[in-house]
Amino acid sequence: MAVYKKSYRPYEGAYTAAWRRWLAIPRYALEDLRRSRFLNIFYIASFGYPLIAAIVIYLEHNVVALEALRAERVAAIVSIDAGFFMSFLGWQSMLALFLAAFIGPGLVSPDLANGALPLYLARPFSRAEYVAGKASVLVLLMSLMTWVPGLLLFAYEAYLEGRLWSLSHTRIAAGLFFGAWIWIVWLTLLALALSAWVKWKPAAGALLFGVFFVAAGFGEAINRVEDTRWGLLLSAPNVVGTLWEWLFEGAHPTANGGVFFRVDQSAAIPVWMCSAALAAACLMCLYMLGRKIRGAEVAK
Amino acid sequence: MSPVIELDALEVRFGDRPILKKLKASLTGRSIGLLGPNGAGKSTLLSTLMGFHKPFSGAARVLGHDVAREARTVRALIGYMPENDAFLASMSGVRFVRLMAELSGLPPKEALERAHEAFFYVGLGEVRYRALGTYSLGMKQAAKLAQAIVHGPKLLFLDEPTNGLDPPARTRMVQLIQEIRGRGDLSLIVSSHLLRDVEECCDQVLILKDGNIAAYCDLEEERRANRRFLELETRGESNGCFVEALDRLGCQTAAGAQGRIKVVMPEGLEVRCLYALAAEQNVQIRRLTHKRDSLEDIFLKAMEAGSGGL
Repeated sequence: MAVYKKSYRPYEGAYTAAWRRWLAIPRYALEDLRRSRFLNIFYIASFGYPLIAAIVIYLEHNVVALEALRAERVAAIVSIDAGFFMSFLGWQSMLALFLAAFIGPGLVSPDLANGALPLYLARPFSRAEYVAGKASVLVLLMSLMTWVPGLLLFAYEAYLEGRLWSLSHTRIAAGLFFGAWIWIVWLTLLALALSAWVKWKPAAGALLFGVFFVAAGFGEAINRVEDTRWGLLLSAPNVVGTLWEWLFEGAHPTANGGVFFRVDQSAAIPVWMCSAALAAACLMCLYMLGRKIRGAEVAK
Repeated sequence: MSPVIELDALEVRFGDRPILKKLKASLTGRSIGLLGPNGAGKSTLLSTLMGFHKPFSGAARVLGHDVAREARTVRALIGYMPENDAFLASMSGVRFVRLMAELSGLPPKEALERAHEAFFYVGLGEVRYRALGTYSLGMKQAAKLAQAIVHGPKLLFLDEPTNGLDPPARTRMVQLIQEIRGRGDLSLIVSSHLLRDVEECCDQVLILKDGNIAAYCDLEEERRANRRFLELETRGESNGCFVEALDRLGCQTAAGAQGRIKVVMPEGLEVRCLYALAAEQNVQIRRLTHKRDSLEDIFLKAMEAGSGGL
């Protein structure tokens, strides 16, 4: 029967499993994002660094190619170690920040601005699933930019160096994975929280950078005025860099954090303090989301 | 008939402020109107039934499921058309409704098929690929109805469905609601401040005032009762005998001045019997009017009576 001849009828077909209904949200969001030419170009360009890193790893192990390119001295300068992978993670994480600033504000704010939340939440669909659906868009895209190519590079290096190297450098693999996840989770929650509270998308994007750069400046000002080091807790690059250092190299780091995530060695903050600060920031973001993601506004 | 909604001393508070005060009712109608002045608690009641607000005390059940403990089950059974604009402006109509269907648990293919059907059903078939932000107010209302029915709910919550519609669009919306009601396979709760909409779409009405139930009545019964209440204007020499004859037929009567008689007919007595009796008594019935106790009268009485009913 042609669709225009059909009348309303109750639905009697099969239902999808409740646990995977939220996956519709990232699927629709990714379909929308795919239409953005700028985003496509940016995303493809973000794989430039991993590609260069893979080439460097290849050249490092190919004497013939190094001689042909007359780049023996370059190989001597670059060493494939924790610093190399931390710099890779730092660079990719900075690109992830740009990605979050571009995509994040458009995830929740349109639903709030258009009053669509009651429609989502009037279905067999919880607030947590809504947040998980929105967050998964950023988590997926940022994972593909950070730890996935990072672990592929690690696997490539391990393949070229041999089993002994991979066994003695497992901490790097763990650092890549967990270090990226720390950044992804915090950035995702922050982007969603700002998207929920700031309906104007450019302002929400700018605020994301503000939290990263301005808060670090504010923390530095506190350090100078109060002659303390605890202001560094407001600096996301320092906090995340400290955690990365510990994840990659343990208690005796040789590298100075990753690029963009340098650690102030003269005023080091304990790892547990950085972990607590980041956890508090994440809880704050969750609280902000909880206040806004509701089926109905409550005017007390 | 099993109740659609049961309210068991339901109390909802925002902070310290009670919004719904120990509501107790069992709503069994196929189509129930929710009436009340602004701030009476209509939207809060709907939100509570959908699990958006937790009851402070008491309980509410929708189609037998407790809204606090089985919110997910309840929400799987209902379709909700909110009062305010609710859509994603950049999405095409059919894509938005498809997303809503998928979130309700329909597989993607079925969701798309149902989204098309729902759009044709509400009269938006030709504009289903346009962005929702470009729709007129009437089209947006219809699109909201489409997303509310796309997953085939058992109970439909319509919050001010004719809000802001021009007369033709309002008529079309009322017709759609009547058509859905007429199908008999889903129940309706229509919250509106427009008495005419409720009168045309509902067979029962729950009137709220200050968070209390001011009245709950069956409009059909009211209409039936009204049909038995007549006002006659008569001419003739033997009016008194006519009134006595009416009494003998089992009517309750009250004779007024200038041949006016108020009559409540017993069950089974037809109006034509009154004409036959009048002819026998040589009395002319010059005017016969049915009492029209409109929903407006019921509403006003409820507002005057305060809490506790009519």
